[in-house]
Amino acid sequence: MSKEQTNQCCCGGSKEQFTELDKVLAKYEGQKGALIPVLQEAQHIYGYLSQEVITRVGEKLAIPTSQIYGVATFYSQFHLKPRGRNIVRVCQGTACHVRGAKAILAALEDNLKISAGGTTPDLKFTLETVACIGACGLAPVLMVNDDTHGRLTPEAIPGILAKYE
Amino acid sequence: MMEMVNVIIDGQRLEVPKTATVLEAVNKAGIKIPTLCYHPELRPEGACRVCVVEVEGARSLVASCVYPVNEGMVVKTNTAAVREARRMVVELLLANHPKDCFTCARNLNCELQTIAADLGLRDIRFEGARKSIPIDNNNPSLVREQEKCILCGRCIRACSERQGVHVYSFVHRGFNTNVAPAFEVGLDKAPCTYCGQCAAVCPTAAIVEKDDTKGVWAAISDPNKHVVVQTAPAVRVALGEALGMGPGSIVTGKMVAALRDLGFDKVFDTDFTADLTILEEGHEFINRLNNRGKLPMITSCSPGWVNFIEIMYPDLLEHLSTAKSPQQMFGALAKTYYAEKCGIKPENIVSVAVMPCTAKKAEAAREEMDSTGTGQDVDFVITTRELARMIKEAGIDFNRIQAEEYDAPLGISTGAGVIFGATGGVMEAALRTVAEVVTGKELECIDFHAVRGMNGVKEAEVPVGDLTVKVAVAHTLANARILMDKIRSGQADYHFIEVMACPGGCIGGGGQPYSTCGDIRQKRINSIYECDQCSSLRKSHQNPAINELYDTWLGKPNGEKAHHLLHTHYHPQKRG
Repeated sequence: MSKEQTNQCCCGGSKEQFTELDKVLAKYEGQKGALIPVLQEAQHIYGYLSQEVITRVGEKLAIPTSQIYGVATFYSQFHLKPRGRNIVRVCQGTACHVRGAKAILAALEDNLKISAGGTTPDLKFTLETVACIGACGLAPVLMVNDDTHGRLTPEAIPGILAKYE
Repeated sequence: MMEMVNVIIDGQRLEVPKTATVLEAVNKAGIKIPTLCYHPELRPEGACRVCVVEVEGARSLVASCVYPVNEGMVVKTNTAAVREARRMVVELLLANHPKDCFTCARNLNCELQTIAADLGLRDIRFEGARKSIPIDNNNPSLVREQEKCILCGRCIRACSERQGVHVYSFVHRGFNTNVAPAFEVGLDKAPCTYCGQCAAVCPTAAIVEKDDTKGVWAAISDPNKHVVVQTAPAVRVALGEALGMGPGSIVTGKMVAALRDLGFDKVFDTDFTADLTILEEGHEFINRLNNRGKLPMITSCSPGWVNFIEIMYPDLLEHLSTAKSPQQMFGALAKTYYAEKCGIKPENIVSVAVMPCTAKKAEAAREEMDSTGTGQDVDFVITTRELARMIKEAGIDFNRIQAEEYDAPLGISTGAGVIFGATGGVMEAALRTVAEVVTGKELECIDFHAVRGMNGVKEAEVPVGDLTVKVAVAHTLANARILMDKIRSGQADYHFIEVMACPGGCIGGGGQPYSTCGDIRQKRINSIYECDQCSSLRKSHQNPAINELYDTWLGKPNGEKAHHLLHTHYHPQKRG
């Protein structure tokens, strides 16, 4: 067995990620009320909170995994499944709705072959719906990561998606 | 002295401790308020709001279970606003609750149903989305039907506070909130000990024991099967409660008669193998003492406890006595010793156990519990609650039925066997025998009061010959954890430890009649010791049937045959 393999749990990620997670855990060890910042930092490292990460956090902070899982599923900021490299947020707010947001969402689902909330198998895109992104003047609108794309038509969708790797 | 305050409740003036909640004050005034999430032995949560009352000067109705009293407080528990609010709370709960009371496991025994009846609800104004969650029944002990969950959180608190196991948590949010183990796995994949304390405190049928009565009925009706039953010590002091009798009623003889009426071919007693356990475990202890074996030795009768140590403290498994539990010793003997004695093939014997316990179902299903190669030593385990249901189904009038005696020889027992049902009982029974075996002298006093009672962890030093034996007794798994952490850190100098998973021991087991609380447990315990006091023999090594078993068939305690049939091994469980 190689040295790499004998190395215990990497929590589903690389050795570097695991080292980083342990640094975070060491920083907060024994500190009360640290769970949410720890989960935020862990998610920043891995992109999501895997079962292994939650178990590791529980061991180090001496918090039952059931409680951590309860917290992680309560807040929408935490993700329990791997997320895409690019996050597509398509607005379904009132202004976008009246200007055809449903068709935009349908076009995204068609092109990416996933439904809202899903992630493509190649982990390229995660598709989410949001209630408003504060750009009603551009309705219907979506965001990919930090880029805003407005005055959309379903036909414009493939071209927008093609810009992202 | 406790500081007191004056309150007025529905016009009634009374003095209550300053630390009391409004609910406690109201109860002291002799007024009953409906509650659901509240449980007298668990931290109050204030989640369900069904206990609301009016407090003069408060902006809105308050949840009495979490609202503290103060000097001069004026409380009204029965105003139009209070009644309407309670109805609203219950109607909203029912709007998201299956309407299958007729066929529900908790029919006529459900706190939600009772409150709906007490409030006189005749229709539910609200219709809406209903939650849909698959049933969790992939384990031998418990069934979780989360659609019946009202999110009171009592199971979460029982598992965390009382047992220190922390299987459950609220997961997700808003309408999608649910109670589940981490990662929403079934209990078979979670660190669950199957102790059933969650089921014991659940107000509805969201968590119930797995019903094994069908299999038992089928065996009884099968003319080719010889069906034997054993009854655990704690069942006889609790069964009556489920059949209209007062807490702590001793119904041993009636229970035996009812079991015969149900159609069991032989009615035997787990107390018999409790005595046998003492002989095996006692000699194992003496061996460990004399031969520098692993100490402290820890009892292994409580399967919730065995699961706990296998899951949480696998590094300490060598401390567990290898003696099987009385249930499993009985199962092994039923299909060997008894089968031979009666000339019945083991495959034609169906062995049923009546237990106060849900974990016993999982224990009986353990792979290693097949001594004859013809199937499990114990085929079916039913809880006290399930037996009560069978008695009702058969139309047996439990109040009128005449007491009968157990069958010989597996129904012969001593007082030492019956006290297995209460915390400290196994230790006391063991001390009675170990002290006499080691010294060869008769004990002057066989009542070991230091190991009795409701303290979570009890310690005692007992002279046995030249040695002072240091013992400890824990009940509930949270208390067991205290002792295990002491052993792990090398701070425990005990020789012998008894652990029972449930509060008060088996009498407070997860399969006992609802609603078990402190004073009911105390009454059951008092009855257990009364059974012991009334026994003509009170030491396991005096049991003539046990002595005959060793003389004619088994050889000596811890001998080869005994080792094969009556001892077992443990393995770490990796779960959650």
